Amino acid sequence: MTTVEHAAGATRASGRVGLDRQSITGLVFGVLGIALLAGVAPAISGTSRRFNFEPPPDPAGIGFHPPTWVIAIGVLFLLTAVLGFAPPEARRWATPARLLSALAVIPLLLVLSLALSDNPSTNIVNLFNESLVLATPLALGATTGLWCERSGIINIGIEGTMLAGAGIGYMTYATIGDAQSTGWLWFSILISVLAGGLVAALLAVLSIRFGVNQIVGGVVINLFALGLTGFLRSEVIVKTGITTGVGTSEFGLPLLSEIPVIGDQLFRGKPIYWMMYLVVIGTWLVMFRTPWGLRVRSCGENPHAAETLGVNVVRIRYQSVILGGLIAGLAGAWFSMESQTRFEDNMTNAAGFIALAALIFGKWTPWGAFGGALLFGFSRALGTRLQFLGVEVSGFEIPSEFLQALPFIVTLVVVAGAVGRSIPPAAAGQPFQRSK
Amino acid sequence: MLEVEGITKAFPGVVANDDVSLTLNQGEIHCLLGENGAGKSTLVNMVFGLYRPDQGIIKVRGEEVHFEDSGDAIDRGIGMVHQHFQLIPVFTVAENIILGNEVTKGAFLDLDSARRQIDSLAERYGLAVDPDATVGDLSVGEQQRVELVKALFRDADILILDEPTAVLTPGEVDDFFGVVESLTGQGKSIIFITHKLREVLAVADRITVLRAGRVVGTAAAEGATQQSLANLMVGRDVVFRVDKAEADPGAPVLRTQGLRVADDRGVETVTGFDVEVRAGEIFGIAGVEGNGQRELVEAVCGMRPTAGGRVEMLGQETTDWSPRKINELGVAHVPENRSKHGVVAQYTIADNLVLNRYHQRKFSQRGVRNTAAINAEAQELVEQFDVRTPGVDAFIDTLSGGNQQKVIVARELTGDLKALVVAQPTRGLDVGSIEFIHRKIIELRDRGVAVLLVSAELDEIMSLSDRIGVLYRGRLAGTVNAADATREELGLLMATGSSEGQR
Repeated sequence: MTTVEHAAGATRASGRVGLDRQSITGLVFGVLGIALLAGVAPAISGTSRRFNFEPPPDPAGIGFHPPTWVIAIGVLFLLTAVLGFAPPEARRWATPARLLSALAVIPLLLVLSLALSDNPSTNIVNLFNESLVLATPLALGATTGLWCERSGIINIGIEGTMLAGAGIGYMTYATIGDAQSTGWLWFSILISVLAGGLVAALLAVLSIRFGVNQIVGGVVINLFALGLTGFLRSEVIVKTGITTGVGTSEFGLPLLSEIPVIGDQLFRGKPIYWMMYLVVIGTWLVMFRTPWGLRVRSCGENPHAAETLGVNVVRIRYQSVILGGLIAGLAGAWFSMESQTRFEDNMTNAAGFIALAALIFGKWTPWGAFGGALLFGFSRALGTRLQFLGVEVSGFEIPSEFLQALPFIVTLVVVAGAVGRSIPPAAAGQPFQRSK
Repeated sequence: MLEVEGITKAFPGVVANDDVSLTLNQGEIHCLLGENGAGKSTLVNMVFGLYRPDQGIIKVRGEEVHFEDSGDAIDRGIGMVHQHFQLIPVFTVAENIILGNEVTKGAFLDLDSARRQIDSLAERYGLAVDPDATVGDLSVGEQQRVELVKALFRDADILILDEPTAVLTPGEVDDFFGVVESLTGQGKSIIFITHKLREVLAVADRITVLRAGRVVGTAAAEGATQQSLANLMVGRDVVFRVDKAEADPGAPVLRTQGLRVADDRGVETVTGFDVEVRAGEIFGIAGVEGNGQRELVEAVCGMRPTAGGRVEMLGQETTDWSPRKINELGVAHVPENRSKHGVVAQYTIADNLVLNRYHQRKFSQRGVRNTAAINAEAQELVEQFDVRTPGVDAFIDTLSGGNQQKVIVARELTGDLKALVVAQPTRGLDVGSIEFIHRKIIELRDRGVAVLLVSAELDEIMSLSDRIGVLYRGRLAGTVNAADATREELGLLMATGSSEGQR
């Protein structure tokens, strides 16, 4: 969506609600800016802090003075707010300013969390890497959703598909590979992927063949996967007596991982993590550069038009949903054979739903969805980091649950204003009936 | 090129095509004429592979064919432009055109060479399209050109055009006829579906008339007249001229002063509109579509907030009143968008007939609907307005457009009316229904109701109205007495907003 259309959308909305999105965003930034300048900057400790780029001992890094940064970002927020209400000729600066301010939320959170803790320094390269790793299942899940919804099937069963992949894959690994052999590990990951495909095929049959409401179909998948994997765990996995084992192992990308200071932290990783990049890039290429991708998108926008051009809508939808399921199965394998080597009930822990949020946040594009996944991955990584740092406000330690949730809340509120309206594929959720 | 022999197709409860035969020769324009629901679209959908016939044969270039889907039909060189465009708004023109028949380089789409092919087609047939434009941003006329290029891109030499002119403005229709001639000039054969008689006589080489699923006549275009074709279509004599007595206007009923209204994008499309409609007269508003007609009507009826000026009815200011309050004054509204504002598709005919009165004592007591009274009323209206339906408890979306419109007219014209605002009352309707609705409007006028008529059909405006105002860029460009008006004079006003004929 271009900026022009975006602005038009905001104006149209304003006719109904009174205040348009731009003014609301402006107000939010204005309030935040004043709070930073008047409240936060004077209150936080003036002693200098340090962002490290590598682990101790003797890490490279930069020192900084927290109040200066808070003031700088506060001024940026105020400027954005003012530009939002500026006369039309200055308004062309409003959109870049909003984007810049939205981005500035990330350094702001980092600076504040360090300033409010007793620790003088923290490794931010490592934090970035954790964000990427935690984004893996989210990006894969969002790609699943992308394939389904772009072909016209809403899939809220991503969570269940992942869970089934995680559970069935690990069950295979534990029973036939004793969770020890690398050969069986790869076989089991393949089983995860196929299990994901199979669960998605169930959704496809329900929603395409039988025209079941797609939301209901997705809920059924989630409940089914939860029950099935719980049963498998208690009846199969527990009986093997295996609680952990050998998972996938890290390797560094040649050349890139040799880069001094950051190379070893950023360009080392496990295989499913690297496969996530391939899936995102491959999805983008296939969906937007190949004939089949064009057909998939046409089925999600106007299946009847596609039908008149000889496109087999039903087949395309089956293919896309099952492809999405395979990807979700891979995300499942990440949970039970890469991130950890075990299976617990409900171990995907709503990642499938957060993936959907990332997809919507990314406006149904592969890179947008990846960006959304990265943002949520960062929020999660920062939440964990905050717990380690032990953030205190005037001597009172903030509860860890709140710290875990805080980054999600702040980023969502602020970025919602900068990203704007997100329009789904026109035919998503609509059953298709072939003419007779 | 194409022969259809003895095709029969039945849908549950209705035989849409009954033993229909048709031949299309190379390079000819064959018009398929018939009322709504006569089975024209069903027939061509079978030729295009979207439906499968129950009986009968289709031959293309002498060879019998059995299409499984439209891909098969496309492979045989058949292309179709649907009445409702089959385009994907968020795709570019090029993407829409190549979909299903993609140009590739290796495994990937080759949009550059697709663009070149589209440009050369566009040039050859005089169909200017921009391959990189997003289809949703294009005008209706441009979208239709995209549809044509789409068919030509697939090397179609049999083109089926399903009511191609229904969505075009008069100027676009003329351009379109030019394109059609250039297509047949280059050897394409065309099946042209329409129910507009004037167009048939303008472009057709041969004409086949369908009525109730059967062929009732095939003729060369020469020698046919509007009257003879209309009689064939409807199955009885049709009166074209609307017979009406001299108007006897009374006191002003509906008045606007300096009315300004903005459209959905926030752009003011009504820019200071003054009009006065008196009791017992029909004031027709002519104008090229998009000159503020829709916003004007919606503002007068309370469906859209005004941006300035005032609306008065029966001597009271009604600016920005709610639609129900305006309705209760005795002002009825037959909306332009039948399916969006006229009916509730998932309601029965009976419920649709009392949509504006369901809350009255007669139809509901203490919050409970009196179904017996509603059905009795509906039964009476259905008979009185000649709605063709299996029963009042049928869902309204099972009716044809013409019968749905009769339901709306029946609902709106019932009660103690003082004024009627009616927009595009006969759009998409067949001759029989048009005749009926026109008669009803005249009847109302003769009972002393003030009628504000907005229509894109100049013929309709000229035959119904007592006075005609031309809407140009949101204001009245001129007002003429219908008795003295000529097509040329009105056309000039519509196109330029001014004329020597202004009085």
